[in-house]
Amino acid sequence: MTLRPRDVPDLLDAVRSASDSRAPLEIVGAGTKRGLGRPVTGHALDVTAFTGIESYEPEELVLTARAGTPLAEIEARLIQAGQQLAFEPPDYGPLYGQSRGRQTLGGVLACNLAGPRRLTAGAARDHFLGFAAVSGRGECFKAGGRVVKNVTGYDLSKLLAGSHGTLAVLTEVTIKVLPAPETVATALLPGLSSEAAFAAMRDALASPCDVSGAAHLPAALACSMPPREGQAATVLRLEGPPPSVDARIASLRTALGPDRSFELLGPGESAALWSSIRDAAPFAATPTLPLWRLALPPAAFARVASEIAERLDARWFADWGGGRLWVELAHEGEDAGAAVVRMAAQRASGHAVLIRASKDLRARVPVFDPGTDAMAALTRRLKDSFDPHRILNPGRMYEGV
Amino acid sequence: MPKPDESVLARRSEIVARLKALVPGEGVIADPDALRVYESDGLTAYRTVPLAAVLPSTVAEVSAVLRCCRELGVKVVPRGAGTSLSGGALPLADGIILGLGKFNRILDIDFDNRCAVVQPGVTNLAISDAVAHRDFYYAPDPSSQIACTIGGNVAENSGGVHCLKYGVTTNNILGLEIVLTDGEVVRIGGKHMDGEGYDLLGLLAGSEGLLGVITEVTVRILKKPATARALLLGFPSNESAGDCVAAVIAAGIIPGGMEMMDRPAIAATEAFVHAGYPLDVEALLIVELDGPEAEVDHLLVRVEAIARERGATTVRASADEAERLRFWAGRKAAFPAVGRISPDYYCMDGTIPRKRLPAVLKRMAELSLHYGLGVANVFHAGDGNLHPLVLYDANKPGELERAEAFGSDILRLCVEVGGVLTGEHGVGVEKRDLMGTMFGEEDLNQQQRVKCAFDPDGLLNPGKVFPTLHRCAELGRVHIHGGRLRFPDLPRF
Repeated sequence: MTLRPRDVPDLLDAVRSASDSRAPLEIVGAGTKRGLGRPVTGHALDVTAFTGIESYEPEELVLTARAGTPLAEIEARLIQAGQQLAFEPPDYGPLYGQSRGRQTLGGVLACNLAGPRRLTAGAARDHFLGFAAVSGRGECFKAGGRVVKNVTGYDLSKLLAGSHGTLAVLTEVTIKVLPAPETVATALLPGLSSEAAFAAMRDALASPCDVSGAAHLPAALACSMPPREGQAATVLRLEGPPPSVDARIASLRTALGPDRSFELLGPGESAALWSSIRDAAPFAATPTLPLWRLALPPAAFARVASEIAERLDARWFADWGGGRLWVELAHEGEDAGAAVVRMAAQRASGHAVLIRASKDLRARVPVFDPGTDAMAALTRRLKDSFDPHRILNPGRMYEGV
Repeated sequence: MPKPDESVLARRSEIVARLKALVPGEGVIADPDALRVYESDGLTAYRTVPLAAVLPSTVAEVSAVLRCCRELGVKVVPRGAGTSLSGGALPLADGIILGLGKFNRILDIDFDNRCAVVQPGVTNLAISDAVAHRDFYYAPDPSSQIACTIGGNVAENSGGVHCLKYGVTTNNILGLEIVLTDGEVVRIGGKHMDGEGYDLLGLLAGSEGLLGVITEVTVRILKKPATARALLLGFPSNESAGDCVAAVIAAGIIPGGMEMMDRPAIAATEAFVHAGYPLDVEALLIVELDGPEAEVDHLLVRVEAIARERGATTVRASADEAERLRFWAGRKAAFPAVGRISPDYYCMDGTIPRKRLPAVLKRMAELSLHYGLGVANVFHAGDGNLHPLVLYDANKPGELERAEAFGSDILRLCVEVGGVLTGEHGVGVEKRDLMGTMFGEEDLNQQQRVKCAFDPDGLLNPGKVFPTLHRCAELGRVHIHGGRLRFPDLPRF
């Protein structure tokens, strides 16, 4: 059964009914990310009636919209004012065999998505200023504000970002918006090993060139992305006013030195390349294969990638200067490679999320790193504080939460 | 503040003895005279001598102290350098101060991963100093950065003049180690971005010492911008200065810093530091552009043009680094400068939607007449964070109370025009009783339930942030709604 509340009183009633009867709800916007996280059994709570931009003031750098508003609608409005969501929200829909361009703003925030500009602009969490929501207790509450700088009360926006709908149903959200860069260029260093690629990204990011994207695509993947075939590609993005980008291309050449020359990609090729990196697009053609997303200290990525590739049949690429590693396995196997991938991530003091796997596997293998016992206990207590009867997306992140 | 617990006060010597067994040497201060050092923080209007001050030097000691306090039912107020402007570290008569000053070591500087691991008692500026030899720095720069500690910065989610472009504390930290009231040590995040599970890093930042005691922080470090230049822009009215700020942002420019001062603030600072500010203007903007030289030069020309279009009567670009620093010298000395023209001042910290600035300043002038107290304004114009300084004389009977009432009216005004009570100083005790102007009961109850998830006995920094304290058991109850619901056909189990 699908519940489709028309307004906040409807939604309150739906959640209160579910709370009274301990009937779990699966919160669904466009449904593009239902494959992300552990499977949830329950009535679908369709929030697509909560749609529309409520206020947008470009000079104030804030936008308030209902949580079910399609992201595409928001981005179209921002473009008109020369602005954007600086965290570059990726579209994971195609990874799950969904058509692109359908996700909602609420879904992006609830999953705390972030694109290549994470390095300089942060993730969804860093742009999530305030919200109104209904908790699993069936209470309307709000937190944060509608201005860009605010420390009044706990920053519950951060807590809800990345909570995958397990704490509350977002109804209205306020986000920070920023000017879009005037132009973009990409420096492409061909044929580097992972270690050399890391060194190039590290040096570029430690230069004052304001690099706003740094990724390494090994040969196996570079062929499925524009623009190079058969050769690894290490790519560095520069954005800003044209005179600035031109000057920084020159200083990047100095920072990398004569032994690391690069080719330049213009705005069109750059845009295509970085949106494909943002969406992990090379893995969209194989929607049944397990896909991992690792968060790592950047310097560890080459070692982690080779550790995994030695033991499993895997394709991978690195973003965030090595801080994010995408790994796709050729076989689902017993555990989608969880033992190998998690051990490699943990040895590097990072962690791994199983972004894509069959429903059966996602029910058996922890999708999110379980963390320490102390952390797990805190997680349960936080869940209790918002949703004591565990009716909102129960089990989406962790069993029983 | 909550009424001191007589039973705790009565057990003072027993409590002190227990703590002395846990933290050896001079780590426990119980002498009333020595305790006066801790009686207030940067909000000096409030003073209380704590039960004792405990200065642990290891995580194991912090853990043992917290466990002991929980067992004995003793409240704990964590403290860094005590520079809070909202009374975040104000002691409780029946509680201990847990001073983290001995945690003053930088543990690891990792240029490959662009981060530093530091103990909470390290000062904000010391982090930047430690990485300056490689031209790196830690971005958030609160005015008190020479004294304030990184632990306190995390607790208050501190900002600074560059935060519109580079973010506040929460955007610049990667990992934390915290100790919960039961003594449990929890590590959150690390050297990677975006942690596992719920974003506890984001929740702890700005939690004002109510959730856990921070014992280690991993911060991001950034490469210093290649260059920085500042523009000094004078305007004949607050409106035209406000318009200029909006126009700069509408043109797609996010300056490294964009500060505004009103006429009283300009006069006070110019008299104090002789920065060369024009005295014939109503409002002054300092716009700093930083980044690659070509970008700075390009944007400087654009901002100058925008300023002239909006009626700027003074337009001066810093010619060299010395001049840039001189432009800033006045703004950075604004508080002490105001301290010279008035025996006391009360610094407020609301944020407003920027376009409401002229209306807010006008109303503030009316309130100034009403209360018979002067006010000078410095303003982080880029992000709408207002710092009105209410001028008063604490020695004149009733002036402090009037200054506080004036301040409260200003903050109510901020909320009324769509803003918030505090942009970077925190709620603390200062704005606690105004929380109801911004939040309803259900909002505050949900926040307090989060507190309960960390601190079920309410022993960590009670009396701050929340106007009314509820017991966790009471907050945890779930209503049964029954009857009159619109989805009565949900299957019942």
